Amino acid sequence: MKQGITVFRAIVLTLGFAFLYIPIASLIVYSFNESRLVTVWGGFSTKWYGALFRNEQILNAAWLSIKVAVLSATLAVVLGTLAGMVLARFGPFKGRTLLSGLTTAPLVMPEVITGLSLLLLFVTMEQLIGWPAGRGMTTIVISHITFTMAFVTVVVQSRLSQMDDSLEEAAMDLGARPHKVFFLITLPIIFPALLSGWLLAFTLSLDDLVITSFVAGPGSSTLPMVIFSKVRLGVSPDINALATILVVIVAIGALVAGIFTARQKKIRDRDAQMALAANQQMIESLKKG
Amino acid sequence: MSTSPRAAQQKFEPWKDPEAKPYVRIEKITKQFGDFLAVDDVSLDIYKKEIFCLLGASGCGKTTLLRMLAGFERPTSGRIYIDGVDMTSIPPYERPVNMMFQSYAVFPHMTVEQNVAFGLKQEGLPRTEIAKRVVDMLDLVKLGQFAKRKPHQLSGGQRQRVALARSLVKKPKLLLLDEPLAALDKKLREHTQFELINIQETLGVTFIVVTHDQEEAMTLSSRIGLMNHGEIIQVGTPSEMYEYPASRFAAEFIGSVNMFEGRLIEDEPSYVRIECDDLEVPIYVDHGISSSPGATVWAAIRPEKIMMSREKPQQADNWASAIVQDIAYMGDMSIYLLRLDSGKVVRITQPNTYRHADDRITWDERVHLSWHPESPVVVTK
Repeated sequence: MKQGITVFRAIVLTLGFAFLYIPIASLIVYSFNESRLVTVWGGFSTKWYGALFRNEQILNAAWLSIKVAVLSATLAVVLGTLAGMVLARFGPFKGRTLLSGLTTAPLVMPEVITGLSLLLLFVTMEQLIGWPAGRGMTTIVISHITFTMAFVTVVVQSRLSQMDDSLEEAAMDLGARPHKVFFLITLPIIFPALLSGWLLAFTLSLDDLVITSFVAGPGSSTLPMVIFSKVRLGVSPDINALATILVVIVAIGALVAGIFTARQKKIRDRDAQMALAANQQMIESLKKG
Repeated sequence: MSTSPRAAQQKFEPWKDPEAKPYVRIEKITKQFGDFLAVDDVSLDIYKKEIFCLLGASGCGKTTLLRMLAGFERPTSGRIYIDGVDMTSIPPYERPVNMMFQSYAVFPHMTVEQNVAFGLKQEGLPRTEIAKRVVDMLDLVKLGQFAKRKPHQLSGGQRQRVALARSLVKKPKLLLLDEPLAALDKKLREHTQFELINIQETLGVTFIVVTHDQEEAMTLSSRIGLMNHGEIIQVGTPSEMYEYPASRFAAEFIGSVNMFEGRLIEDEPSYVRIECDDLEVPIYVDHGISSSPGATVWAAIRPEKIMMSREKPQQADNWASAIVQDIAYMGDMSIYLLRLDSGKVVRITQPNTYRHADDRITWDERVHLSWHPESPVVVTK
């Protein structure tokens, strides 16, 4: 009976992992394919990696994507924190529901619509005030801020509503003015949320194809756009090489995060032990008088 | 009921001195949240070095009043003076007042030392002075050896001390404590109560404590302000509150009490007689009260002031006959629930002075209750 369950579990586990990882594994395997035809195995080779690093178009697109992602994630964190702070801390002011609806709208809005409306906005703005002149990195960054900020706002707002308000009141009570309270107390305490908000925004920006396609101009193709347009003409093996590099980077990131979490848990356990010992010590000293 | 350690010391009663100037003056304070009246026209005078307890059930407005003293809430009307200065519209970061929060609100990202130093840094004091004052304060609350620890490496009791040290190190004119002991376990709470009083006396800071725990209020305070529905019901020392409650609410909130509803049948300046439906004989009280004959009044008698015997008492008034319905043995004393013939249950307590008492009154026995003419407190509302 018990044996049967174990076998069943093993099968489910295998199928699950296969479902998740076979596509990635085959991609990695084929990135070392000698043949020009993606689906035909022609022996082991690393030549496509060399080809990739000589491909100016892909390198430029990757560099642009990273610049856009860093810039928009950073600005989205600043704006998203402000919005989250206002929504979580300023009480039921007039227009709160409107603000909350507007900041989170991009979460539920189809990307095509967000992209189209932003394109219309940029065209109109260019006609009226002459800025932004043409479409390129500026318009991409603005668009990415618009939709990633919604995610940051949600993360920050939920972190703030979990935070004990009396921490901020205590700081104020101890003589800190509101702006100092924010920088000395609120910000350090919610910092992990800002960090995960930044990473989320960074990933979303790096990944985005639909909105970017609307607001990008000639000569400002991001990495997803380049990959997509290349795939449309037939998958070339150097894309497999590029994807493998990305997979490796992500895997390393996940591994580092895993090690970090494990260490945090160890520290937490040790601290809990310390608190317990401290409590014992205090009870002993109180007994003595 | 624990007795106040203050009782043993010399009398500290500035509120009885007509010359004494109140240190904290709360003048006709009202606070409204929308339609809800949280604090209703409260006026209080609190004197220097007092431990004043605001006592009341949750939602009675005590915390709102405390938050107005700290500056977190602006009163709808009325004024607050501290040491003669109008504080009503001064923001919290400019008030000479500090607060210890119920959750302690210890900053989780700072060490014990940094927590305590935070307030002093805001004042812009020189580094050496901050360091010295922090060390002194941590010694006072016995946390010296934990200075470098982070809050999550401490026990609840120690976090509470960090919060206390942090608010006292600024030498506030007034320290506000919101349910300071509620989160501690019983043993630790008793120790901490007495320590808190010692610290208060060492530093001479005026304390205002908010609590829902009447025992805590009785132990800590020089005076208690009992609150209900946003109003102050009665202000007095712990023993005044217990022995001379001014209303049924006050009598029932602090300690337990047997309440007999009745009518005044004799109303003289030196004594009154009250006829109760629950008792065969009238209640005789050896002091006059301000009410008119025939009026409905309540006689409140504390459980420990009722005597119990098998024999019928000799006196004409102030006794009753009852059957033992239940007994709770508490160790130091026993609680008896006695059912009168009318069905009303009276609660009395008896100290267990003797270890061996074979002849102890037991379940279903018929007994007689009696009390002294000075024991009942007559209230009219």
